[in-house]
Amino acid sequence: MYSQGLIGADGKTHEDAAFLAAFQARIDAEQKIEPNDPMPEGYRKTLVRQISQHAHSEIIGMQPEGNWISRAPTLRRKAALLAKVQDEGGHGLYLYSAAETLGVSREEMTEQLLSGAAKYSSIFNYPALTWADIGAIGWLVDGAAIMNQIVLCRCSYGPYARAMIRICKEESFHQRQGYEIMIALCNGSEEQKELAQDALNRFWWPSLMMFGPPEGESVHSNQSMIWKIKRFSNDDLRDKFINASVPQAEKLGLTIPDPDLKWNEAKQGYDHGEIDWDEFWRVVKGDGICNRERLKNRRRVDRDGAWVREAAMAHAQKRAARTASARIAAE
Amino acid sequence: MSEAAMPLWEVFIRARNGLSHKHAGSIHATDAEMALHAARDVYTRRGEGQSIWVVRSSDIVASDPVDKDMMFEPTASKIYRHPTFYEIPDDVGNM
Repeated sequence: MYSQGLIGADGKTHEDAAFLAAFQARIDAEQKIEPNDPMPEGYRKTLVRQISQHAHSEIIGMQPEGNWISRAPTLRRKAALLAKVQDEGGHGLYLYSAAETLGVSREEMTEQLLSGAAKYSSIFNYPALTWADIGAIGWLVDGAAIMNQIVLCRCSYGPYARAMIRICKEESFHQRQGYEIMIALCNGSEEQKELAQDALNRFWWPSLMMFGPPEGESVHSNQSMIWKIKRFSNDDLRDKFINASVPQAEKLGLTIPDPDLKWNEAKQGYDHGEIDWDEFWRVVKGDGICNRERLKNRRRVDRDGAWVREAAMAHAQKRAARTASARIAAE
Repeated sequence: MSEAAMPLWEVFIRARNGLSHKHAGSIHATDAEMALHAARDVYTRRGEGQSIWVVRSSDIVASDPVDKDMMFEPTASKIYRHPTFYEIPDDVGNM
């Protein structure tokens, strides 16, 4: 999904050929690039863009699920959902700190998110309408995220790769808790099973869109592959996700909402129907169901928390001043 | 943003006694106490640590990667610092 962060990325770079060749040789030798290493400006900019958008996605991603914490059906589900949402916040922080190693400040990134200049994954602009959506989000949305993130663990930029390793370790509980919710609903009453099917119907296509548009249209994808920021094409990862998800849906007794989905013996994978890329671009450009609400909430929370940050700063300054004057008095 | 930037801290975690503290990532905090709290919340949600160090990022003095060759290359030629440089007959056994 985080290849969405590469949409519109400016991979242009102005270093001389010898510099670029030396850098590429390091990449080709699978050496990790670390924060203060010489790197092409285009490499740095592409990473800042992708990592910060990935971080914003984690932070905004807390909203659709946070919406259900107070309405979780049991204490067990509530504790799990609370832990999951807290993890998403933590993942956002790991990623912001990885991006900061590239010379961009937390304040700048926050400002870009709040002003709408920076994007986040399109999936979080869809609402979580029912409890079954929490199941579908864990199963499909986290499932799709894991597909992407596992390969990002081998990204050429060290701090990003390390953050992804930590995140992947934590994510697998997310997908399992979602699928477990789906199992419970599918083994329940007719109405519960209908809820599960309805959630699958609404989240299936947006989950496929998380992988980003096919390569031909994803302009900067190629340079990102050469720099090993990204290792697989959007379509390859999407196919992998579909092949993993279809049997999981069958186990639940649910139907994937794609009449054209069929097994292709030759490629040992599924062929799928047409994805509505017009819808994808509408959501990316700000016209999804929840785009405005998500940003409005984020801005409100930032505003409401401003006094806490200011008070903490004032407290720290006061304490530091007191310690300093006590030292002078003692001398 | 009109707000003052909140200082950055590097977080080091000892997974268990017997191991050294290892860099885990960074966090923002106004003072040491808040840095410890934040580090605990962000980096030890799965029992990853027995002990945490936090240090202001601005207090870390780091070598410059540009000087890498000057700093570390000389050791590459000093092969006599490694045990395999010395020839000992096989029948002496492990040494």
